[in-house]
Amino acid sequence: MSKRTVKFKIYRYDPDKDAAPYMQDISVELDPADKKLLDAMVRLKAKDDSLSFRRSCREGVCGSDAININGKNGLACLTDVDDLKQPVVLRPLPGLPVIRDLIVDMTQFFKQYHSIKPYLINDDPPPERERLQSPEEREELNGLYECILCACCSTACPSFWWNPDKFVGPSGLLNAYRFIADTRDQAVNERLDNLEDPYRLFRCHTIMSCVDVCPKSLNPTRAIGKIKDLMVRRAV
Amino acid sequence: MNIAKRTFDAVIVGAGGAGLRAALQLSEAGLRTAVLSKVFPTRSHTVAAQGGVAASLGNSTEDHWHWHMYDTVKGSDWLGDQDAIEFMVRKANEVVIELEHYGMPFDRTDSGKIYQRPFGGHSMNYGKAPVMRSCAAADRTGHAMLHALYQRNVRANTQFFVEWMALDLLRDAGGNVLGVVALELETGEVSIFHARATVFATGGSGRIFYSSTNAFTNTGDGLGMAARAGIPLEDMEFWQFHPTGVAGAGVLITEGVRGEGGILRNHDGERFMERYAPNLKDLASRDVVSRSMVTEINEGRGCGPDKDHVMLDITHLSPDVIMKRLPGIREISIRFAGVDPIKAPIPVVPTAHYQMGGIPTNYKGQVVAPRDGNPSTPVPGFYAAGECACASVHGANRLGTNSLLDLLVFGKSAGESVVADFKAGNLALHPLPADAADRALARLARLESQRDGNAVSDVRLAMQRTMQKHAGVFRFKDLLKEGVTRILEVAESARTTYINDKSRVWNTARQEALELDNQIEVAKAAMISAEARKESRGAHVRDDAPDTPEHPNGRNDQDWLKHTLWFGADNHLEYKPVCLKPMSGDAEPIALAKRTY
Repeated sequence: MSKRTVKFKIYRYDPDKDAAPYMQDISVELDPADKKLLDAMVRLKAKDDSLSFRRSCREGVCGSDAININGKNGLACLTDVDDLKQPVVLRPLPGLPVIRDLIVDMTQFFKQYHSIKPYLINDDPPPERERLQSPEEREELNGLYECILCACCSTACPSFWWNPDKFVGPSGLLNAYRFIADTRDQAVNERLDNLEDPYRLFRCHTIMSCVDVCPKSLNPTRAIGKIKDLMVRRAV
Repeated sequence: MNIAKRTFDAVIVGAGGAGLRAALQLSEAGLRTAVLSKVFPTRSHTVAAQGGVAASLGNSTEDHWHWHMYDTVKGSDWLGDQDAIEFMVRKANEVVIELEHYGMPFDRTDSGKIYQRPFGGHSMNYGKAPVMRSCAAADRTGHAMLHALYQRNVRANTQFFVEWMALDLLRDAGGNVLGVVALELETGEVSIFHARATVFATGGSGRIFYSSTNAFTNTGDGLGMAARAGIPLEDMEFWQFHPTGVAGAGVLITEGVRGEGGILRNHDGERFMERYAPNLKDLASRDVVSRSMVTEINEGRGCGPDKDHVMLDITHLSPDVIMKRLPGIREISIRFAGVDPIKAPIPVVPTAHYQMGGIPTNYKGQVVAPRDGNPSTPVPGFYAAGECACASVHGANRLGTNSLLDLLVFGKSAGESVVADFKAGNLALHPLPADAADRALARLARLESQRDGNAVSDVRLAMQRTMQKHAGVFRFKDLLKEGVTRILEVAESARTTYINDKSRVWNTARQEALELDNQIEVAKAAMISAEARKESRGAHVRDDAPDTPEHPNGRNDQDWLKHTLWFGADNHLEYKPVCLKPMSGDAEPIALAKRTY
């Protein structure tokens, strides 16, 4: 790719000086080596240092730079800038309070993550060596443990938008199932009890926006379905 | 001094692997602990580690900590301290098993044990053949580890201050460390964290180079803070260039790819590592492989239209192995190199990756500095672990998988030292001098009032280009000399950086300016230490110290078997001896020898 200019429309809001949010029109010339949206955002920032966004690993594993790109949630570092329709519209993740520009307050998201007790529960005295787990048992965790907590899924979920305080959301539920599915964990019943509520689990209406946006190609809807199955099986 | 103050037993700066592991010790011991991190803990760069963590569990091949110790000392080109290395390799099984008990989703062998794969420089029977020592969760080991450690801290109710950036280390006139001044990114609030113990676990600073595998946030904050507070930095000339960064993008491709059977090939398709390392071949240690690659490229055998990279080939592996053991690599390769490694080789080039040096510590995680004739006197109240620290277990070159081991072992040991010192009543809450926060506040005030000068991004780019050109894989006498002059000029220009953004709220321009101050300290330390070391050793190889019978590989043990200490105040260097004696009688010292693979 050669040098080219890309046009952007970016949500801007600095509570320290702006009475209200606005959309900024700005364009930037990219170097041939700039491939990802994040490369372009770093160039934009060199031009206007007040543009604020989170970023860290730039390779899709830390989960910092989730934003709304042309109407769809994704990671800026994994998005090819040349594939995007211009002007590229950048907004903060929907459904969470905006702190500044593209930076949202993720308190509610992490509160839900923490609410599922995201840690292994096993009260047996730890053995001298590793707890054994067969390759097949371990395989059950694939598609679950890879979650990077970027919040693309939960903030694409209408149920989470309406009830962020009550509905755990796709990311939290995916993580809940990660521990339920772990043969080393002893708290399956406790974990199911914790989700037995009209909102926490059952607000998922399988709209599947989460699956559509997950930058790691994970499937929270399937994990949620498996939790629902366990609930039903437990009830009969 | 109108500034908020919070008081804790201990403050930990950084919530990557080392910080989280230390935090567990403190939380579980009931110390009032604040963990500060400028990113949410699971965003820390430990998350990007791929290939595994070393431990001589012997799950798939026979293994022994003596062999691991030998490999590590040899890998370090004998600059690693053998007491700390013995400590680390002997603790390896314990800390890895603990992690498994915390819930880390390691891959498994058919018998249900932790899966282990071969890795560069790790061998059985003192260099005879590759050994399976790297405990792995596919090629996402760092991610799995960081999340498991964070999760365990959630269980332990650790108190985090998320998205707070530490600005400066507090010390009193007697040299006692009193905590840090920190800035809350969201509000711009500045606060003193006054503590009996301060633990730095701030990670590396590979972003001083233009091309780096590191995250944007790896800006050497702990090193900058330590240097400004009069603590020397150790062995900063030693930088690891990882052989396999994606050409052009810099994104890491794990050595685990070669552990699973991947092969490096030049323009002719030749497996060139056979010529450079007849025994371990593609699994020779990283400095050796990186230099071999650059030699191939320099001699015109590189690949691509510009012959500026080589190829990492796994097309001969079965797609099942790739999908199962290297799924993340396939994803990275498709996304950043545009090739599916099942079908075509990945273009790779050596890329700045890891800082072997750092804040000097002993194996207990206590920060040490020269005082009253002892080069390694503990600094009261100050501890460090992980990539920001130099214990020194990696010496002049780190082995792959020893970094995750380092952060577990020394994160834990720093935590244990704090707890022990606290319980023994050795950690006083020294009073804060009236001017404690002045340095940090002055830096903030300068940025606030500076109306013109140098753009942060321009100075940063000048620093990165200078480091890349003058202190790369191969080093040259003249370039190093010029590099010192140049980096001091860049440092001068960093004194008048300015930012347009003056907002209090989440001011990332200000954050980047403050980070640049830290990067500049690291860059100066690296260039000045490198220029001064007139030998070749490990990752530091220079043209005027070639391989001769008198100095094999250009290494000069008579004059240079010593650690560098760089002092930030006046850029002067001191040296201290390398510990060549293991800590116990269970191990023989690993005798000096020429390094070949």
